[in-house]
Amino acid sequence: MKNIFIFIRRNFNFLCFIVLQVLCITMLTRYSKTHEAFFASAANEITGKINKQYSGFSSYFTLKETNRQLAEENARLRNMLKNNFVAPDSSRKFVTDSLTKDSTGRYRKFTFLLAEVVGNTVTSQTNYLMLERGSLQGVKKGMSVVSPQGIVGVVVTVSDNYSTVMSLLHRNSKVSAMLKKDKNAGSIDWDGSDPSYLTLKNISKSAKVAKGDTVLTSTYSANFPPNLPIGTVAGISSDPASNFYTLKIKTATDFFTLQYVYIVENSRYAEQARLESMSQKTND
Amino acid sequence: MTNLIRNIIRFIFFLLLQVFVLNKVPPLHQHIVPYLYFLFILWMPFNMNRLVLLLAGFAMGLSLDYFTNSPGLHAAACTLIAYLRPFLLNLLIPQDTTESSYAEPSIKSMGWAPYSLYIILLTFIHHFYLVLLELLHYGNFWYFLGKVTSITVISVLLIAITEILFFRKGRHKTNTA
Repeated sequence: MKNIFIFIRRNFNFLCFIVLQVLCITMLTRYSKTHEAFFASAANEITGKINKQYSGFSSYFTLKETNRQLAEENARLRNMLKNNFVAPDSSRKFVTDSLTKDSTGRYRKFTFLLAEVVGNTVTSQTNYLMLERGSLQGVKKGMSVVSPQGIVGVVVTVSDNYSTVMSLLHRNSKVSAMLKKDKNAGSIDWDGSDPSYLTLKNISKSAKVAKGDTVLTSTYSANFPPNLPIGTVAGISSDPASNFYTLKIKTATDFFTLQYVYIVENSRYAEQARLESMSQKTND
Repeated sequence: MTNLIRNIIRFIFFLLLQVFVLNKVPPLHQHIVPYLYFLFILWMPFNMNRLVLLLAGFAMGLSLDYFTNSPGLHAAACTLIAYLRPFLLNLLIPQDTTESSYAEPSIKSMGWAPYSLYIILLTFIHHFYLVLLELLHYGNFWYFLGKVTSITVISVLLIAITEILFFRKGRHKTNTA
């Protein structure tokens, strides 16, 4: 017993070092799997406040670009206004019976919530954004984030007033996507090299792909609303060993100048996720 | 100014510099991140308790980690260099003269060659371990080699510039204590 104490006293620094290392590596592996770190929400709150100060300065430099994006989005939305469309034939009248419309039970599936970006990186292998919206404003883990130009990422940690978003530019990010032309679905990920290009895999070789084709979010995704722009095809490579194309996608979103984004809530996300995990259990 | 206050100011300064300037620099190449924050550990006083040194390194790394959303990554690399630092210093400096008369490692207190060796070795170890941990999640061998060498070169250059810009007079230990 005495010898053990002597051993501990003699190697106290080394033992401390080992304990700290083990602690670090446990945190790291746990975080990259589940995105739940020790003190995550407390730390999120503090770093969020500091990031907010910084983005207050830096947002001035991209005001012009932000303005242009918002004006473009306004124009697009204005084009969708009802009074821009005229019935083709004036002799016939369109009547929408509001009663039947209500009773068929249309429901709102996606809700959009505006959020300011207070932190953003594009240089690392695991890029995250920080938004100034948190659980008090109704943000939950798993919600999707879109910008005026295209999709951005998925919320991974939430504190009271801030939330962290795993951007598309993250080695673990995966989004279900489809070609606009023929609805061929595949999955989007990032190879970690260039922040303006993504990779679209598992597109069948029967699809007629050309450079410049638009890629949208697919209807299979649980958190992203369907038909939002992801990017355009910039390069096509076909692996002779498989039946799939690997496409290089130029992102629609400019990740370098993000200022304001929308957090999208799918009101049936929990239900869909639960069903998916149940069907996975039956497979095991 | 006591040692404690000086080091707290350095801690905050290096942390903010790393998070809001160096991490935001438009990348020279997509894999190169200029790192400077660990200079905080290299500049700690000679007579620092080794346990305190370890904990300070851990705190520095973890604070940076919470900004970059990678809890444990930088903290692991920082505790490693904080642990190795006393051994390296024992090897590099003549025991009787400098350690007793100067407060912290600098060109003046250690001499040109030992100080650069000290900086380059610890910078290399820090980056090697950092990129190795990153590699365990993803990446390949050439990516690893390229990244370690390039960010080590960039960091050593940055440290050299810092040393020239903020020339530290070799303070004597007797003046501070």
